[in-house]
Amino acid sequence: MITTDILIIGAGPTGLFTVFEAGLLKLKCHLIDALPQPGGQCSELYPKKPIYDIPGFPEILAGDLTANLLEQGKQFQPGFTLGERAETIETLEDGSFIVTTNKGTQHHAPIIAIAGGLGSFEPRKPQLENITIYEDNGLAYFIKDPEVYRDKKVVIAGGGDSALDWSIFLADVASEVTLVHRRNEFRGALDSVERVQELKLLNKINIITPAEITGLHGEHKIEGVAVTKDGDTQIIEADAFIPLFGLSPKLGPIGDWGLEIEKNAIKVDTVDYQTNIPGIYAIGDVNTYEGKLKLILCGFHEATLMCQSAYKRLNPGKKFVLKYTTVSGINGFDGTRKESPKAVVKAIV
Amino acid sequence: MQDVTIHITDRYGEKHTILAPTDMAMNLMEVIRSYELAPEGTIGICGGMAMCASCQCYVNSAHKLNTMEDEEEAMLSEAFNVKDNSRLSCQIPISDILNGLEIELAPES
Repeated sequence: MITTDILIIGAGPTGLFTVFEAGLLKLKCHLIDALPQPGGQCSELYPKKPIYDIPGFPEILAGDLTANLLEQGKQFQPGFTLGERAETIETLEDGSFIVTTNKGTQHHAPIIAIAGGLGSFEPRKPQLENITIYEDNGLAYFIKDPEVYRDKKVVIAGGGDSALDWSIFLADVASEVTLVHRRNEFRGALDSVERVQELKLLNKINIITPAEITGLHGEHKIEGVAVTKDGDTQIIEADAFIPLFGLSPKLGPIGDWGLEIEKNAIKVDTVDYQTNIPGIYAIGDVNTYEGKLKLILCGFHEATLMCQSAYKRLNPGKKFVLKYTTVSGINGFDGTRKESPKAVVKAIV
Repeated sequence: MQDVTIHITDRYGEKHTILAPTDMAMNLMEVIRSYELAPEGTIGICGGMAMCASCQCYVNSAHKLNTMEDEEEAMLSEAFNVKDNSRLSCQIPISDILNGLEIELAPES
């Protein structure tokens, strides 16, 4: 079990800055993120896009902002659980929490800071009747183990890189690969498009375009996929169906934690960004309150106030005042480091 | 001209006629949000970068709009409920040429 003072869910800019603010107060942080790398949207969606409204940075690339925030927080040695989604929460008798991920990793902390942004990135699911029946029964949104498809008949839907890459890979594994895309054009790396073209000519991939998947067949598991092209529908025999339509953010399991939700976001008290559950805070794009603006700089402010509140919650009797880093450096709190170095002052006579 | 008139059918089929300013560097998605014609969190999720399809709309009038950039084209080739007249409203800047435009919001997906 991982134990920490503040468990941060979401390693985007707001979550990463929380590490720094908590560190100033000698609180340890651990972050969970569904993506395999820290940075949230900034590193996943637009690392090369410039941001112009980070105070003090006339222009900074989202990827560079992530790198800077990691650097700023590094001195406080945060822990990371990456590539795992926070799934369930349990409140213990002493008011602390255990958060378990989809892979079963457990985290224990007295304070939870949800900095989940738009939510965790989940596969986009096609709107097909009874689709949930087939999930894990021949239908998969991710390919975890390609060997599952050995000598099977596979239908892949989608027109992006992942649809192309997996069609190429499975052409050597599966007995039959059919790639269905709504348009004639595929949008992927040039190499991949050309390779798919070659495999098509070799009859190793069957391509149906412009066409759409319009139905799923089979009792309890995928046995066939209905493909509609030019108004005609044919059923293709299949053991597996893999829709690859990219990822979209969803609030996900956090939505079931008993938190007050409004406009697909978590309602908080603007005094300290605490939710309706004491000890659980929500900061950054994931929260909502009157006047809320989804800006990184607002997330930083929220993280700062939230850490002060968390400190008071953890140390109810203690008196403290805000310390400036210009006065005390970054280790000044609790008197563990004296004042920052001063220039020599000489008497002038 | 300062404002253009746009006719928008929301996801429940209700028709709205709204005025959109041409001098505020807004896009159509932002106008739809400013009039709250779709609930927050269901439209413009990515902020207007053509990285989700939550602002997809169908253009029902014959207006000649700005041509699609690669990013919009790529997103629409992956999105659901796409028709020939689909556009991402975040990629349509509000300008004089939109006066009288008729659009319909695509279903939430």
